[in-house]
Amino acid sequence: MGNITLKKVNKSFGETQVIPSIDLNIQDGEFVVFVGPSGCGKSTLLRLIAGLEDTTSGTIEIDGRDVTGEAPAKRGLAMVFQSYALYPHMTVRNNIAFPLKMAKLDQALIDKKVTDAARVLNLTNYLDRRPGQLSGGQRQRVAIGRAIVREPSAFLFDEPLSNLDASLRGTMRLEISELHHQLKTTMIYVTHDQVEAMTMADKIVVLNAGNIEQVGSPLELYNKPDNLFVAGFIGSPRMNFASGQVAAPFNAHTIGFRPEHTQISRESGSWAGVVGVAEHLGSDTFLHVHVDGIGMVTVRTGGNVAVEHGDKVFLTPDADRIHRFDVKGLAIR
Amino acid sequence: MARAVSTRRTIFFTIAAWIVALIIFFPILYTIITSFKSETEAIQGFNLIPSGTIESYIDVQTQKDYFKPFMNSVILSVGSTILALLISVPAAWSMAFSPTNKTKDILMWMLSTKMMPAVAVLVPIYLIFRDFGLLDSRIGLMFMLMMINLPIVIWMLYTYFREIPGEILEAARMDGASLWGEIWYVLTPMAVPGIASTMLLNIILAWNEAFWTIRLTTTNAAPLTAFIASFSSPQGLFWAKLSAASTLAIAPILIMGWFSQKQLVRGLTFGAVK
Repeated sequence: MGNITLKKVNKSFGETQVIPSIDLNIQDGEFVVFVGPSGCGKSTLLRLIAGLEDTTSGTIEIDGRDVTGEAPAKRGLAMVFQSYALYPHMTVRNNIAFPLKMAKLDQALIDKKVTDAARVLNLTNYLDRRPGQLSGGQRQRVAIGRAIVREPSAFLFDEPLSNLDASLRGTMRLEISELHHQLKTTMIYVTHDQVEAMTMADKIVVLNAGNIEQVGSPLELYNKPDNLFVAGFIGSPRMNFASGQVAAPFNAHTIGFRPEHTQISRESGSWAGVVGVAEHLGSDTFLHVHVDGIGMVTVRTGGNVAVEHGDKVFLTPDADRIHRFDVKGLAIR
Repeated sequence: MARAVSTRRTIFFTIAAWIVALIIFFPILYTIITSFKSETEAIQGFNLIPSGTIESYIDVQTQKDYFKPFMNSVILSVGSTILALLISVPAAWSMAFSPTNKTKDILMWMLSTKMMPAVAVLVPIYLIFRDFGLLDSRIGLMFMLMMINLPIVIWMLYTYFREIPGEILEAARMDGASLWGEIWYVLTPMAVPGIASTMLLNIILAWNEAFWTIRLTTTNAAPLTAFIASFSSPQGLFWAKLSAASTLAIAPILIMGWFSQKQLVRGLTFGAVK
């Protein structure tokens, strides 16, 4: 079981409030991603759940048990760190076995569990190596192996892929998602990368300045952002925003429209603009169009558009895909 | 073309390095050469080829006992190193793992004690040693050697401990290690190489320390540095005997240094080169 409940959790470092007050419920078996810009408190929140930081006030419950004052090891959670945090002087085998050894398990049982974990993670041939002799991806897998063998009630991942190169990051993303499907254990995953958040999560928690901006499934956040922050943070390329004169006809202070929900034409449309940089990705083309009264608008079109720098074009947002926001930046629905 | 240039550069730097190394090593080499000369040969002027006599070594042995100062050197350098580690390991540990905003100042203050010339405190320390009956005692000298090397030892250990990433300790905590488990299974194995090279360096420093060892001892606690000095006596200088005594004094530490080269270089360049 891995039901985690945060009640009015507050964390301050001296005078600085990092997390003012957070209420959150994580269901057993969920893959929850904490996402937000750097300094938003997502890592701190994870460390509070782990017990590596003490809460200033509020309570943390795991499966109904109050663990607020408990030591990290007593919470039954396992953590994978950004730097992997492997023990450099131990072999892969001993690294994975370490938590079991600390739990004073029988040696034969330890061996069996380590062998099983190594097989799942393709580490069987590396068991007698030291972390220094492994590649980044292999180290990451050892760190995950060390977490798996404990059979924790939840896994905590603190930006585990940010030290890997882009292609490996893609592969590991799939491996972690696959692992979640196999184990069906609660996973809490911290990242600043919204692509990781969108692709892996059952539920995304968007954090900003220590506050939860919105909680929901990836598509909920994409289709119905609660406010300007979430609208701007989720989705790539970023949502375009316009206010003032342009937003007035829509009865909103600000409107937002995504690059993929904007049509481009040479003949007619709502707004006239001049094409700036065109980024050709092969599958897609990102056009950065300068529109009077709005500024730079990003448009996503197909791979083969013959539009060049300096061309005059017309843009039309999809009417049913326009997001409206009030003066405070909250969505109008 | 590029390869030819780089080969030529390599040859140049190899030769240059050998020249520099020989210049640095030359005084020691010449001491060893002189020790195999007779006294008359030794004062005849510069000569790189000795007659190969070992009479100086025999004279040194018959005139003075080598074994006692040798044992004193061993006891003093090892003893002062153990004392220094007993104090510096916890000190560096606490400064590295739970620093306060005063930690940097304390480190600077410790280092600043090394900036004062030793002779400035010679009289007060001599008087303290006299009044406490510590003159010519191994215990007194052991404390003295420990104190003069303590700042360097703490600095070295502090740098080592700082290199141990905090996340590894947190991982151990998550993995269920108790405080002792954390110290025993994770911290100590990671800190041992650092402690070992600090220990080696401190033994060498203590072995070679001549200012205090000569001034605070006469016979009982006199280590090899005092043994060498005693050959530059009022009866006149005996170069060959002095060289033989010096060679005997530096041989043990030279051999130890040779075998622990790797550890020492790591210790001296740690932090600078990763």
